[in-house]
Amino acid sequence: MTDLLAEYLPILIFLVIAVGLSAVMVAASMIIVPQKPDSEKVSAYECGFEAFNDSRGQFDVRFYLVAILFIIFDLEVAFLFPWAVSLGNIGIFGFWSMMVFLGVLTIGFVYEWRKGALEWE
Amino acid sequence: MGATSIPVMAPAAAEIFLAIAGMILLMAGVFRKSGSMAVVSWGAVVALILAAVLVLTHGGTSAEPVFFGMFSTGPFAQFAKLLVLAGSAIAIVMSLDYMKREGIDRFEFPVLVVLATLGMMMMVSANDLIGLYVGLELQSLSLYVIASIRRDSLRSTEAGLKYFVLGAISSGMLLYGSSMIYGFAGTTDFNGLAQVFSKLGDSGPAVGVIIGLVFVISGLAFKVSAVPFHMWTPDVYEGSPTPVTALFAIAPKVAAVALLLRVMIEPFGDLIAQWQQVIVLISIFSMVLGAFAAMVQTSIKRLMAYSSIGHMGFLLVGIAAGNESGVSGVLIYLFVYLFMNVGTFACILSMRQQGRYVEGIGDLSGLSKTHPMMAFALLIFLFSMAGIPPLAGFFGKWYVFMAAIESGLYALAIIGVLASVVGAFYYLRIIKIMYFDEADEPLDAEIGGEMRVVMLVTAAVTLLFFVLPAPIVATARAAASALMGG
Repeated sequence: MTDLLAEYLPILIFLVIAVGLSAVMVAASMIIVPQKPDSEKVSAYECGFEAFNDSRGQFDVRFYLVAILFIIFDLEVAFLFPWAVSLGNIGIFGFWSMMVFLGVLTIGFVYEWRKGALEWE
Repeated sequence: MGATSIPVMAPAAAEIFLAIAGMILLMAGVFRKSGSMAVVSWGAVVALILAAVLVLTHGGTSAEPVFFGMFSTGPFAQFAKLLVLAGSAIAIVMSLDYMKREGIDRFEFPVLVVLATLGMMMMVSANDLIGLYVGLELQSLSLYVIASIRRDSLRSTEAGLKYFVLGAISSGMLLYGSSMIYGFAGTTDFNGLAQVFSKLGDSGPAVGVIIGLVFVISGLAFKVSAVPFHMWTPDVYEGSPTPVTALFAIAPKVAAVALLLRVMIEPFGDLIAQWQQVIVLISIFSMVLGAFAAMVQTSIKRLMAYSSIGHMGFLLVGIAAGNESGVSGVLIYLFVYLFMNVGTFACILSMRQQGRYVEGIGDLSGLSKTHPMMAFALLIFLFSMAGIPPLAGFFGKWYVFMAAIESGLYALAIIGVLASVVGAFYYLRIIKIMYFDEADEPLDAEIGGEMRVVMLVTAAVTLLFFVLPAPIVATARAAASALMGG
């Protein structure tokens, strides 16, 4: 058990440093810098302009479809890369596992295409 | 067998076939464009029947688990899979007419049913906590979509959303429990877990294992809708289109009960002292709540939801017994439950007034005069659910209560019988409405051909089960002894 925990020691050190450093930075800017707030300083960031409308407005569902499609194919690539690198080791079963996976994804893609989900008009 | 060679596929022939069939049906539906619901539906029914044939030919032997210990077959899984396949196929057949009349005849429905069935078969055959989770998710994700298949109806989408949110919580609980068990037992493999727990001394299992086990039971209790994890059931049953409700009441319940039974008996069989009290408690709650809450319902779909919660309580009695007769009792009960529920839903799906589907209990008034045959069939199903001999439902209850007495759970058996008596009240109330009340507005005379066949067959099985129970009882006993021995 202690061996296992020892392996995580670098992560613990990293976490302590990260939390400590950010705490120091925030605290230093509060303590050292003179605080003289006025209406200009505490207002929204100086560049740009006030928001025109609520950010929770409606948007076209097709953005969502495109995003989903992007995630699917992004994941596909994420799987393809380690598969391609280790193809020599995983043998014929590894090869066909990926082929089946790609086949299933393609069927989903064809379905989406035929349903007209990709047409933007 | 190394990790790089092609593994043995034959035991999973039915699942592989069903996966390919589902994808072919999806492509067929999307390339035919309009009016493809009927074609795809019948294709799905044929695929499910062929899968059942493959289960019969390939799934019966208790071979070594395949796919690196993820997937196992045997008489128990075979029995449960055949029930699941039958339930799904009948649900598709019963949906055809309804979907067309209501204008929701999308070909995606049968495809999703096929995929959900595939998930259920994976659940029943899972031999690993990971495999179990994957099967459960494939089933659940398909069912969430099916629940809201009538997507322009507020109630249907609400049912789908509710089912999704609560289902996601239950999946999270199941996963958390699995991770605890993996952390404290060192494996997710059922055989490995059984081995670890069989070597425990007097000190008992680690407390982490017990916490994990309780979380796994809670997650699965959500899926079988046992009290106190039943909240979603009435709303989802009521909001979904009726054929979808029929599907929900049959196939996923059979699969989830079989899965719960298998998980309790196989990997955690030696921890019976730990899980028995949990199962006994949720069993009592389910039976009592199912009986009392169903009394005040006016919608027949909500009533069926509480009725199914009650039935789950009776099934949990057999699981709590934890012995061989308990396992065979649960399998017999599941067989009977399938036929009673299919028949009842065939009757509910035939309730129409001037072409419009109705689902109030009051709409059944005077049914004995307008539809004597349907009233008689419904009478058989309701008497059977109430557990009145010599109908099939009585034998289901008889076997699980006998198993409970065999393992010394007298209080559980007595509470079960009392809950069954209370439950008889609301079934008898429907019979009173059908036979003794005057109809204000009679139901439409015409009943679809498929519905007649389904009602006739299920009524015959329910009524005549006592004449020839031997084949089912013997098959269930063989499946149970294979599970307990393996």
